Amino acid sequence: MNIFGIVFRSLRQHALSTAVTAASVALAGGLLLTVWVVKTQSQAAFTGVNGGFDAVLGARGSKLQLVLNSIFHLEASPGNVAWQDFLEIQNNPDVELAVPLAVGDNFHGWRIVGTTPELFQKSAFAPGKKFALQPGGNWFDPARRSAVVGSFVAEKMKLKVGDKFHPFHGLVFDEQKQHAETYVVVGVLKPSNTPADRVIWIPLAGVQRMSGHNPDADTEISAVLVKLKAGSAFAGFQLDTFYNKQGNRLTFAWPIGRVMAELFDKIGWFDRVLTLVAWLVALVATSSILASIYNSMNERRRELAILRALGARRVLVFAVIVLEAAAISALGVIVGFGIYAGLALIVAQIIRSQTGVMLEPFAFNPVMLWEPVAFVLLGALAGIVPAIKAYRVDVAQNLTPNS
Amino acid sequence: MEISTEPLLRVRNLQKSFVAPDGARQRIVEVPEFSLAAGAQQALAGESGSGKTTFLNLIAGILKPDAGTIWFDGAMISEFSEQQRDRFRANNLGYIFQTFNLLQGYTCLENVLLGMSFGHGADRVFAENLCQRVGLGDRLHHRPSQLSTGQQQRVAVARALANRPKLVLADEPTGNLDRKNSRAALALIREACRENGAALLLVSHDPEVLGQFEKTQDFQQLNRAVAAEAAA
Repeated sequence: MNIFGIVFRSLRQHALSTAVTAASVALAGGLLLTVWVVKTQSQAAFTGVNGGFDAVLGARGSKLQLVLNSIFHLEASPGNVAWQDFLEIQNNPDVELAVPLAVGDNFHGWRIVGTTPELFQKSAFAPGKKFALQPGGNWFDPARRSAVVGSFVAEKMKLKVGDKFHPFHGLVFDEQKQHAETYVVVGVLKPSNTPADRVIWIPLAGVQRMSGHNPDADTEISAVLVKLKAGSAFAGFQLDTFYNKQGNRLTFAWPIGRVMAELFDKIGWFDRVLTLVAWLVALVATSSILASIYNSMNERRRELAILRALGARRVLVFAVIVLEAAAISALGVIVGFGIYAGLALIVAQIIRSQTGVMLEPFAFNPVMLWEPVAFVLLGALAGIVPAIKAYRVDVAQNLTPNS
Repeated sequence: MEISTEPLLRVRNLQKSFVAPDGARQRIVEVPEFSLAAGAQQALAGESGSGKTTFLNLIAGILKPDAGTIWFDGAMISEFSEQQRDRFRANNLGYIFQTFNLLQGYTCLENVLLGMSFGHGADRVFAENLCQRVGLGDRLHHRPSQLSTGQQQRVAVARALANRPKLVLADEPTGNLDRKNSRAALALIREACRENGAALLLVSHDPEVLGQFEKTQDFQQLNRAVAAEAAA
């Protein structure tokens, strides 16, 4: 019987305390993994989502608000852009594609965005990935009251091709504010795992000329999605200077990823607090290993003395305790991955339903390698204090009363 | 085959004292001379508190003497470091305790295997044979709590012989058994030691146990520390 056999039997003998302690490590491990993966993945996902565009042109205001509104379909639009401004940037020789967006209506809280078919037909929402329709659907006709529904909205509202609906005015659902126009669903998008899945897309003119909207603004739009020509990175600087520094009517949010990265920089403290809390939980959990083994040392003294009487060296009983602590931690880490899987799926679903961005909780993340190592090392470290106690066990005193 | 005239165990001027609760140093063992031949079986008679267990622990290397020498099979083990004494114990000694000292989380067979683990290594076949020999062939996978007191003692006997020791130390090995079981256990210990070529040094205060040995020595006479205390 080797040292691992001795450790295994000790764990088995103290099965209840092993299970309880391992469970606390598992919770801590699961929490740490979830926090870590969600924060790194969401940062990567949100800074990586740009809908296939380089910049957003909108009314003078916050770049972040502009990006959140136009790319993530969150927040309100900072204001309107004149049609002339759209034409101007569309005709810029460095611009490959400019797509107008108009917002202002919803269907039971789901945002309705007016745009042109170019958004679906000429752009790729991610490298090599173009929007596609589910079988039986068509892109909307710019001249008709037709709609293409994002996959997530279709799923939640049970909308399918041929269904009719009335838009509601505003970005927040108010059943009193129903528009008279009736729209027909002509297509449902295949899931893109981007914010576009949470939107009902209708022709630009539909939003502009919806009954009840300001007729003076029927040629205005909310924002322009801009894709620069390949190799014209300098154009971004030029347009940035032109709109943001020289002009004072419009805002040019470029590049989109940097705007989001700045957001994450701003909330970096929150991220650090979350991580700190997760590590503190890990520390508490591994301390529970220390407490549980340390508390059992009185009853274990005799067992350790027996091992020593049979010829086990001090260093071996020391190692047994350290390994036992590490093994409890390892057990916790394994179960922790299960807890992580559950937690991460729930969090990913929440993020998806709120933003349309789909995280991939099971994609490899370096934390999945170093977290188990760190936890097992912390566990072993926690075992050192009781192991010192084991090392010092007085064999003669703990075997039998002297006679 | 050349027969060595050198005893297996020889003790000279062995001394051991402990610090008493009042801070005074109290001598427990002071044995001027003691020896045991290879394969011999000897009983030491002594009352509770006479220092018998301490004497056995000194021979086993669990305790280090304050003074004196212990020779075992040609090696002066009293000069060994703790690590060397652990190794010596694992390879050469079997120990049977009054309270058996079986590990409760281990089965009968595992307790015996453990007795081998720190010495020459585990030999499952030999461990199973030992269990069969002590009459526990059908209890190999029982835990101590599932065994009777007599059966637990038999596991302790098998474990003491597991590392093929040259010497088995038995400290009041029948103290927890009734008269019938006590007699049977003692017979088993003696037979098993003989079969395995191990010498046996047993300490007991029970005249019934002591009466079964051809050679019995009064430990209270052997241990001057006790004699001095009695005289005082």
